[in-house]
Amino acid sequence: MTLKLLSSAVFAGFAAGLIAVLLQFWLVTPLLLEGEEYETGAKTHFEGVLVVVEDSEGNIVAPEEEAAEVAEEEENLMARHATTFFMNMVVFSGFGLILVAGFALAAQFGHQVTFHSGMVWGLAGFIAVQLAPAAGLYPELPGTPADNVVLRQYWWMTTVVTTITGIAFVVFGRGLVYIVIGAALLAAPHIIGAPHLPYYAGFAPPELSALFVSRTLFVMMIAWVVLGGVAGYFWHRQTD
Amino acid sequence: MTTMTQTAAKADTGLLPIVSTALAGVFLIFFAGFAQATVFHDTAHDTRHAIAFPCH
Repeated sequence: MTLKLLSSAVFAGFAAGLIAVLLQFWLVTPLLLEGEEYETGAKTHFEGVLVVVEDSEGNIVAPEEEAAEVAEEEENLMARHATTFFMNMVVFSGFGLILVAGFALAAQFGHQVTFHSGMVWGLAGFIAVQLAPAAGLYPELPGTPADNVVLRQYWWMTTVVTTITGIAFVVFGRGLVYIVIGAALLAAPHIIGAPHLPYYAGFAPPELSALFVSRTLFVMMIAWVVLGGVAGYFWHRQTD
Repeated sequence: MTTMTQTAAKADTGLLPIVSTALAGVFLIFFAGFAQATVFHDTAHDTRHAIAFPCH
C-alpha cells in the first residue's frame, strides 16, 4: 500500500516537475533573470528617461556589457538551471506525495480518484498552494523588497493548510455546517492579512513584475493539473 | 466476492502510511522551499521564485 502511494506520487511528481521546469525555462526564467538585472543595478527602471549617461562629446552612451563577463555568466547559468531542474523534481515529488496521501484519505471515505478526477484534485492543489497564498503574498520577482521572510513563510503555510482544509470541508462535507466552516477557513488568512512592508520599494518595472506573477501562476496551474492527472492515473490503475 | 475483497482492501490503507506519505512530502517541500540555510536557499533560489514561495 505504501509502495502504491509512493510510486503514484513519484511518477506524477517527475512528470509535473518536468513540465513545470520546461515551461519555467521558456516563460518564467527570462523574466526572473531580467528582474535580477534591476536588483543588482545592471539595469535601472526608467533607463534612458531619467538616468542618462553622456560621454565627453555629449552623446548618450548605451550601457555596454563586457564580453568576458557574459561568457562567465552563461557558464554559471548552466549550473544554476541544472539545480533549478533538480529542485523542481524535489518540490513536485513533495506535492505529489501530499496529493496522493489525500487520494488515500479520500478512499477511506469511499471516494475513488481517477485520471479525470485527479486533474480536478490537481486544480484544487493549485488553488490551495499557489492561488490562495498569491492573493496575499504575490509571487516575488527578484529585487522586490518584502517583509520578514519567516513571517511571510508562516502566513504562507497557514494559508495553504487552512485552504486545503477549507476546500475539503466544502467539497466533501455533508450539510451546511461543513460549508460554513469551510468558507470561514478559506477566508480567515485573508481577513488576518499577509505581512507587507508599509511602503513600495520594488526595483523592477511594474510591467515586468506583473508578467512574472501571471506567468508563474499560469505555469504552476498547468503543472498541478498534470500532477493530479498523472497521480490519479497511476493511483486508479494500481487500485484495479 | 473479489470486488468486495478489493473494496475492503482499498478502504483499509490505515492512517500510518497516509500520514507518513504526507510527512515525506512536507519534508521535501520544507528543504526545497523553506529552509533558510544558505546552501538550500542558493540551490533552490530560482525554483522558489518560479513556484511563488516566499524566498528572501
